[in-house]
Amino acid sequence: MSDRTTPPDADRPANRDETRIIPVVSGSRDLLATEILELILTDSVLDQADAPDSGVAPRRLTTRASTQDRVFEWISRGAGTLVLTIMSLVGLFLLIQGNQALSVAGFDFFTTEAWDPNSGNFGIAAVLAGTILIALTAIVLAVPLAVATALYISEYAPRAIRQVLTSIVDLMAAVPSVVYGLWGMFLLEPNILGVSQWISTYFGWIPAFAVTGFDPNDPLASPTVFTASTFIAGIVVALMVAPIATSIMREAFTQAPIGEREAALALGATKWGMIRSVVLPFGRGGMIGGTMLGLGRALGETIAVYLIISPVFAVQPHILEKGSNSISALIALRYNEASPFEISALMAAGLALFVMTLFVNFGASIIIAKSRSGASSD
Amino acid sequence: MPPMPTTVLDVVSPTRVPVNPELPGPEQRRSTGGLRRHDVFALLGSVLAAVGLASWLQNQLFAFQGVLAFIIVAHALFMLFYAVLIGLTESAPVVVDKLVTTLVHSLGFVMLLALAAVVTFTFGRGWEALAHVNFFTQDMSNAGPLDPLTAGGVLHGMAGTLIMISIALAISVPLGITTAVFLSEFPGRYAAVVRTVVEAMTALPSIVAGLFIYATIILGLGIERSGFAASCAVTVMMLPIIIRSADVVLRLVPGNLKEAAFALGSSRWRTVWTVTLPTARSGLTTAVVLGTARGIGETSPVLLTAGLTTFLNLNPFSGPMVSLPLATFAFVKSPEPSMIARGFGSAAVLMLVVLVLFWLARVIGGRGPGQLTPRQNRRITENSRALNYRYLAKDVSIQRASRALSAEGKSRRSAVQRTKGKPS
Repeated sequence: MSDRTTPPDADRPANRDETRIIPVVSGSRDLLATEILELILTDSVLDQADAPDSGVAPRRLTTRASTQDRVFEWISRGAGTLVLTIMSLVGLFLLIQGNQALSVAGFDFFTTEAWDPNSGNFGIAAVLAGTILIALTAIVLAVPLAVATALYISEYAPRAIRQVLTSIVDLMAAVPSVVYGLWGMFLLEPNILGVSQWISTYFGWIPAFAVTGFDPNDPLASPTVFTASTFIAGIVVALMVAPIATSIMREAFTQAPIGEREAALALGATKWGMIRSVVLPFGRGGMIGGTMLGLGRALGETIAVYLIISPVFAVQPHILEKGSNSISALIALRYNEASPFEISALMAAGLALFVMTLFVNFGASIIIAKSRSGASSD
Repeated sequence: MPPMPTTVLDVVSPTRVPVNPELPGPEQRRSTGGLRRHDVFALLGSVLAAVGLASWLQNQLFAFQGVLAFIIVAHALFMLFYAVLIGLTESAPVVVDKLVTTLVHSLGFVMLLALAAVVTFTFGRGWEALAHVNFFTQDMSNAGPLDPLTAGGVLHGMAGTLIMISIALAISVPLGITTAVFLSEFPGRYAAVVRTVVEAMTALPSIVAGLFIYATIILGLGIERSGFAASCAVTVMMLPIIIRSADVVLRLVPGNLKEAAFALGSSRWRTVWTVTLPTARSGLTTAVVLGTARGIGETSPVLLTAGLTTFLNLNPFSGPMVSLPLATFAFVKSPEPSMIARGFGSAAVLMLVVLVLFWLARVIGGRGPGQLTPRQNRRITENSRALNYRYLAKDVSIQRASRALSAEGKSRRSAVQRTKGKPS
């Protein structure tokens, strides 16, 4: 085990030349470097010349781990096993617990738009659609923001403030979600209604932007139909995931080789021409990976969404209209008074969410790893 | 027969370097960057036109309402005008370049503005509550929803956060770092399985971690909701994050350092303890601190497992316990303005904690593995100099002793000179 990291012939010549090397080392103060080098060189040459006809088979290397090492390996293996057990337990437990509800509901679990597990009429169609819609809205808003910010930091910003901007973006990723939720609830929501109304007035012919019960020609129409919508939740989630996506994209953009950048500029490209032909193609993996990682976070976001939406249990395809839902918000809403069977149903919903984020995250990590050489980091 | 190539050569005239006798003196260096006057005019003109048109649309035609809508419309109009104005004098690629530059700048600005808004809004609204000392020294047991801000505080939330994160760290740091060491020191099929599962678990939504603990510990084992259950939920969430980033940091430790330790005869455990871990110390600390920041800020696992209380509870094993994000969440669900102000206050405290943690991570983790602070460098240099003196002194004393034994006085002088002239 332990001989893997030591070079194969590390201790071969040592024992043979012991008697000769030791005086050289202890008296090395009095020798010039070249003399030492000469000694070593001639020694190794002699070794190689001697080796074939000396007829001695190479010494068999055996390593016997000390007690300390054995304990160390035992403990670290134990820690790994413990972590593996805990983590697999989460997955297995979700599967086993959720299975009870899944076996009752069958495939209807994915098509029913109601949540009444105690009467047997339940499914995640509505909340799943809501989760995906919120995440998609968030990603559609976050990706341009993230790409532009990453480009700004890596290409346009003055060199002096780059490090500061990077820190700020990383800090944004560490802000707790409840703080974003507060911001969305108390500052964004009152101010965004005009935008929602404007979009639905002029783009209401696009099905996603239509709002039932809102007549654009009625000057007294109340904007309250626009509160607590998928759109607002999506904006808040977008702000939460944009920093994560930005830092991955920025890292990918800064890795675009300087030679090709300069070649593009020397051929007469404008700055955007250089970015389009060098930086973006090099950063494509980072862009896709960052987007998918952001999507994974957006799917699982709970508190910010919970604070903003008013829950509905029907598929709400109109993103500007009041009422939405997501799997995580459903769990936070219902766990408290849940019967054991409803807990099982919530577990099944959580499992569906977990599987979804798992796929997205694995996709992201594969793409990020492919776009990078060497060790990957967060 | 095609014509011989030599005829082609004849046709080509020799290259002449044009000589311009009127060129005054040495060539002036042209500035390729910099702002030209008509760029500034185009920018200012289109800003003015866009703001004017947008306010006309808003005030006369009532096309939209609200400040945010105004900014969006004005920005779209600005891009349009700017493109047209530049297009009058410049070529298409330049127009596109300028438009993209404006777009990138404005979107980057929006992002930074959003962060500034989140931070200042939280602190601004929270100041009302933070200004009262009792906010930090009292819990909510004596304050009802209608009480003013002079009564009640978030002491219970702060204490709860501290207790929960301490327990979570006490479990997840030793376990997480040992597992990361296992992943990097004992690579193989088993380690690959552990790594894959850990990576998969970083995708675990925090609410599902909470639900897991709720279903196993609270419903399954029948333990009441408590700070300990919440710590377990936070641990389940933090553990994969810490393992993953610690694994990345440990893999960055240069292999030749470890090989040098092995070559000096160090055992595996001594190598990890004296070489690998100290080298990666700053990175590991960053991993833990960032994991802590995530763990402190999470609301949903705590919501499911800690229960809700207004009392200060210092015992994590019995009775409900509240953390700062959970207290914030509970406060802002109330319609009372004073409760909402308390919610912002506790959010501001939470934010402050996260900011401090983040700053700490930057200070500690700004360097890669093996890079030392000036102080560490100085210490190492001093240490090695002291060692050198010790060896030198030993050498000198040995020489003296041998000289005394041999009692050969004639070579004494030259030997002393040689020892003195030695560079240390």
